[in-house]
Amino acid sequence: MAAQTSHTTEPLVRIARREAAPLSRKIAVRAAAILLALVVDALFIFFVTGLNPINVYVVMWGGTFSTTVRFSWAMRDLATLLCIGIALAPAFKMRFWNIGAEGQVLVGSLATALIMVYFGNSLPTPVLFAAMVVGSLVAGAVWGFVPAWFKARWNTNETLFTLMMNYVATSIVACMTNIMRGQASSLGTLNKATKAGWLPIVLGQRYTINIIVVLVLTFVMFAYMKYSKHGYEIAVVGESENTARYAGINVRHVMVRTMIISGAICGLAGFLIVAGKDQTISTTSAGGNGFTAIIVAWLAKFNTFYMALISFLLVFLERGASEIASAYSLNEYAADIITGIILFFILGSEFFINYRLIWRGHHKEVKGE
Amino acid sequence: MPNTQYAIRLEHITKTFGEVTANHDVSLEVRRGEILSLLGENGSGKTTLMNMIAGIYYPDEGEIYVGDEAVDIRSPRDALRLGIGMIHQHFKLVDVFTALENIALCMDPGEKFDLKKVRNRARAICEKYGFALDLDQKVYEMSVSQKQTLEIVKVLFRGADILILDEPTAVLTPQETDKLFAVIRNMKADGKAVVIITHKLHEVLTISDRVAILRRGEYVGDVATKDANEAMLTEMMVGKKVELDIERPEPVNPTRRLSVQHLSVTGPEGGRVLDDVSFDAYGGEILGIAGISGNGQKELLEAIAGLQRSDGGSKIQFFAPGHEDQPTSLIGKTPRDIRDAGIHLSFVPEDRLGMGLVGSMGMTGNMMLKSYGSGHSPIVDRKTPRELAEEVRKELGVVTPGLNTPVSQLSGGNVQKVLVGRELAASPIVLMTAYAVRGLDINTSYTIYHLLNEQKKKGVAVIYVGEDLDVLLELCDRILVLCGGKANGILDARTTTKEEVGLRMTDLQKDKEVRS
Repeated sequence: MAAQTSHTTEPLVRIARREAAPLSRKIAVRAAAILLALVVDALFIFFVTGLNPINVYVVMWGGTFSTTVRFSWAMRDLATLLCIGIALAPAFKMRFWNIGAEGQVLVGSLATALIMVYFGNSLPTPVLFAAMVVGSLVAGAVWGFVPAWFKARWNTNETLFTLMMNYVATSIVACMTNIMRGQASSLGTLNKATKAGWLPIVLGQRYTINIIVVLVLTFVMFAYMKYSKHGYEIAVVGESENTARYAGINVRHVMVRTMIISGAICGLAGFLIVAGKDQTISTTSAGGNGFTAIIVAWLAKFNTFYMALISFLLVFLERGASEIASAYSLNEYAADIITGIILFFILGSEFFINYRLIWRGHHKEVKGE
Repeated sequence: MPNTQYAIRLEHITKTFGEVTANHDVSLEVRRGEILSLLGENGSGKTTLMNMIAGIYYPDEGEIYVGDEAVDIRSPRDALRLGIGMIHQHFKLVDVFTALENIALCMDPGEKFDLKKVRNRARAICEKYGFALDLDQKVYEMSVSQKQTLEIVKVLFRGADILILDEPTAVLTPQETDKLFAVIRNMKADGKAVVIITHKLHEVLTISDRVAILRRGEYVGDVATKDANEAMLTEMMVGKKVELDIERPEPVNPTRRLSVQHLSVTGPEGGRVLDDVSFDAYGGEILGIAGISGNGQKELLEAIAGLQRSDGGSKIQFFAPGHEDQPTSLIGKTPRDIRDAGIHLSFVPEDRLGMGLVGSMGMTGNMMLKSYGSGHSPIVDRKTPRELAEEVRKELGVVTPGLNTPVSQLSGGNVQKVLVGRELAASPIVLMTAYAVRGLDINTSYTIYHLLNEQKKKGVAVIYVGEDLDVLLELCDRILVLCGGKANGILDARTTTKEEVGLRMTDLQKDKEVRS
């Protein structure tokens, strides 16, 4: 065996890093990835489910685009996901692993719901909304502040800390909904009769305000990260705490401040969910968006505009999957496999943008490239 | 295996990393019983070339022959099986094991675990070549030099007869270097082939039989050491004639700028990493700080810069020009406090990309690292730093595709130019540099020496922490030697010797008060 291996030929394939690829290449690789994904999916659909792939794709497309209502739902989901992604961006840019968005959103939702229930009928509408917004911001900010403060003070592990804060939030919400529902079997829609604290319909659409708020946040956060002194500090701290200290940046201060901002925006997402979307609260109000948003923030490398694109892709795939599942009464897993394949190819294409493969016996070609 | 005179032979080796060609068409051979120096500047591809022999990298093109046989070396295991052993700059030892236990890790998987047998074999190797190694000492108790000895014994234990040492003297004192060279000569006498990767010319001339020179990844040629001299080797290495003398102007009107008294720093593990160090630094002179790496140099500079908490009783005072009678204490001040107090203290830290610069940012982003906070606007001003970046690029000749290209993508020399350029632009009164030329090519090193001398002539108090004793002796006016966190004498660089400095680096002296 030993004698054999010492005489084997060169490895079949080797991986080498590629220098910055031109834009045309990036587009071409991604387009090829989507095309390939559709082909693989077609094979899966045809051989496993026996359906016509083209029809399935049409239904999937229809999940988002078939009607105005569907499209507005997609936009609503996108706004929620994107809002949380925006909240996470500065924390991750600072290399602070905020896994607690789910909890920060929940406490924001809870603060909103509590104010709706207990002050909905006593406060004038503008004051009520102001109280709901401030309440959600503060609640989220507190949920961001606590793990940041502990990390700044005692260097606790923020990944575990923020993660565990999620469970605390869930338990508090469970407890409070039980109190709020009183004798009723479930909490149901809040302020159903008066609609107090419901975001109004604007331009004939229910979710206009959600979308506008998130749109504004997209621009503001982009500018904050790129042009502000705070953004510069966040970038330096994220790159190296030693460099930050060397530059005279107060690392603890920046850490706590950034997490307050991150948590507060998550709290605001909670406000949008309760006041602008569900009009109720439960332990699942955040709906896993707090975790999906982590993927969104990372894939977009913290650029809020890319985040919008990626959020859209994820929402589109998710809605497409459930549409397929219901239209063909397929097992939900089969639908998930179909969208999963698309996601896999799109993410996998990043590898071919950043690396190239060198096959055995292709030296000359490598040099010429 | 037929006994040809070549232990190992490389033919037309090419290796590329992305767009960078590390080695291009290199052919080289090492003979049995020969000490070959592989000479070249940083980035010339010496280590890459040797890593291909040691099985770390696989060549893109070319052939490697061991003896007469063409071989494929795909892993360090393959290399060892062929009798090739490499001692890397970073040791690969288990800290909590003894020397013997570390050696035992090298046993063949099939062999019966028998510590006694290992001990006998290891002891035989030590005796044969003259290694001074305590087999029962734990690695974490060892000095760098002892760890290196252990690495070499390990490689010999595995039966290597081609040894590659990557910059073996970088971390050694002159005395330790001599010991290492003695055992290398013993290995040579035993018929082993030894390759030493280095960029230190005088060592090349002392130890090797033959010198092979690489320049920018290409093989320049080889020369028998007896026919070589420093000027000639430098020219082959750099590609043109280089003036090797460092100028040292006499200090003009030296004025005290910094006074450090009884400075102590407690390390994270509780022990004192800096113990009662006192010295003064004067404007118009270069104060060298010598010592084996890790003997308190880092803590000393960081304590002055406000990055390291000093123990009670420590005093650090800064004397501003025109206010020599009213010193400002730097104790308890953060870097920002120091800056806000109007103290021009520049610091070129050892860890360039991990402390001095932000690797992912371009020159512009790095120029504003210390000044981004100025003004009341919440928006950062990028115009002024961009102009400064352009200025630094022009004046120091920084090679970069653009001002926004991440500095981590620049070569080591250019990274250092960006850092030094920014620190000099802050018109320092005190300038501290840690290992300012580490990893730089000869030309850039001399540019840095020149810049430091210019600052000195301007009346700046320059503190130069260095590792190359020859440079310290040529460049500095006075040399403070640190040993185990203690000040072990301040020597006049014009009269002292390398041996004296080397001795003080390892042994604490009684006569600490050698003030000039």
